[in-house]
Amino acid sequence: MTIREVAFPHELYVLLKLTDKKTLPETLPGQFVEVKVEGSPKTFLRRPISINYVDREKNELWLLIKKVGEGTHQLATLKAGDTLNLVFPLGNGFSPVQKKGEKVLLVGGGVGVAPLLDYGKYLKESGADPVFLLGARSKSDLLEQELFKAIAPVYVTTEDGSEGEKGFVTQHSILTKEKFDRISVCGPKPMMVSVARYAKATNTPCEVSLENMMACGLGACLCCVEKTVKGNVCVCKEGPVFDINDLTWEV
Amino acid sequence: MKNPVMTASGTFGYGVEFADFVNLEDIGGIIVKGTTLNSREGNDYPRMVETASGMLNCVGLQNKGVDYFCRHIYPEIKDIRTNMIVNVSGSSPEDYAECAARVNELENVPAIELNISCPNVKQGGMAFGVTPEGASSVVKAVRKAYDKTLIVKLSPNVTSITDIALAVQDAGADAVSLINTLMGMVIDIEKRKPVLSIATGGMSGPAVKPVAVRCVWQVAKAVTIPVIGLGGIMDAHDAIEFFLAGASAIEIGTANFIDPAVTVKVANGINEWLDQHGCNSVADIIGQLNA
Repeated sequence: MTIREVAFPHELYVLLKLTDKKTLPETLPGQFVEVKVEGSPKTFLRRPISINYVDREKNELWLLIKKVGEGTHQLATLKAGDTLNLVFPLGNGFSPVQKKGEKVLLVGGGVGVAPLLDYGKYLKESGADPVFLLGARSKSDLLEQELFKAIAPVYVTTEDGSEGEKGFVTQHSILTKEKFDRISVCGPKPMMVSVARYAKATNTPCEVSLENMMACGLGACLCCVEKTVKGNVCVCKEGPVFDINDLTWEV
Repeated sequence: MKNPVMTASGTFGYGVEFADFVNLEDIGGIIVKGTTLNSREGNDYPRMVETASGMLNCVGLQNKGVDYFCRHIYPEIKDIRTNMIVNVSGSSPEDYAECAARVNELENVPAIELNISCPNVKQGGMAFGVTPEGASSVVKAVRKAYDKTLIVKLSPNVTSITDIALAVQDAGADAVSLINTLMGMVIDIEKRKPVLSIATGGMSGPAVKPVAVRCVWQVAKAVTIPVIGLGGIMDAHDAIEFFLAGASAIEIGTANFIDPAVTVKVANGINEWLDQHGCNSVADIIGQLNA
């Protein structure tokens, strides 16, 4: 695939917009890609990156990448016109719409907001009623706010109170004011665990998107396993999205 | 075999996981995930850590057991027209033999690869593969229970891999494959803890290739049975090194994680190299090092 545009929404993040001569394959919101990182000798394995957004009209696939290690820093040096080798789409994706008008709370934190943009758009277009609840350390750490707002209502918490309500996502007043039909979460594990706790307490169906360390991305190497009620399963193949009732987390 | 390229156990699932990327029937042989008599959950996460030009894993032979394999997985793969080979592991000569006996009944599995070299399980696995006596005891037991092609996969974590190879040859192995992973360890210096859940893991990838080529060279000179070479092969050039060192066939492992179509690319690359060098087949270059 060819990089059409590179943007830096934040000093720690890069947004790559990719396109291809061929029409992009069908992808489901919540699926991911495995990116080959060229020019970084220490980066041997591909890097799993969630699909941030798919623009069918422009035949564009967006990857919102947090610069964590050498591999992702290398990806941030790419320029428009460069090519990138991807294996995708991988994984199961978030749940499809279950009924018209269902109210779905999408909770994201950090780079975990990335797949919720594509999922929120899908839910809205499919007749559901998504609501975003996004958490960050500070106002400047909130990503793609305008894009989220263009799809559905956005509620925000920041740890320093510089935007939205002060605190963590699970402390937001929307959770006591409104009732949701189901919840989808992507973010740091402590955040997902606390949202799972809220979901269980309120008897709300909840799914979470995990990011265990992966090698193959195809369910072959059995490295990225998560303990579930069905035993160890591959996050790359049976996930990354899991119903919290299938996990063995202590919430 | 249509070509000398096979997949290394544990890196290619049961083949079907890669069907979207490569025509499975263009691969010389597919060695499926390690199978044991009873199901195994494997080790806890984290099971993998990346290293310079490679990775460590400590999966620990996670599989649903040989009965599940025979009943549910074999029907899905038995009509793939290439050599579907089952990698068999165990914790005593008796359960290696029993597992092999079950696989012996599967019509479309022409061979097994006996894993006496897994570094990631507490009992069995590598314990048998590190002494000539241990290796011999497992191979003898399996040989009685299994009458098709018996490949034995050797560990490099030994003082003399040649002694082990000779012992399994004497015990009735039809071929040896080497190397399994090298035992390694990575430490998280901030936590002052090993990264992997069981502290150590098996190292694979291009970083181990020179060790593997050396082992193949030593073993091929010592034994009369065919040697299958593996360890860090990323492309056809790497594969040719193994043939020259004495391997009759090769397996590709970790490279499948980087490029799911690498097997067929390597098979084609080998043919191109042979053509360019005026060779008719791989047989022309096996062990053909200039003195």
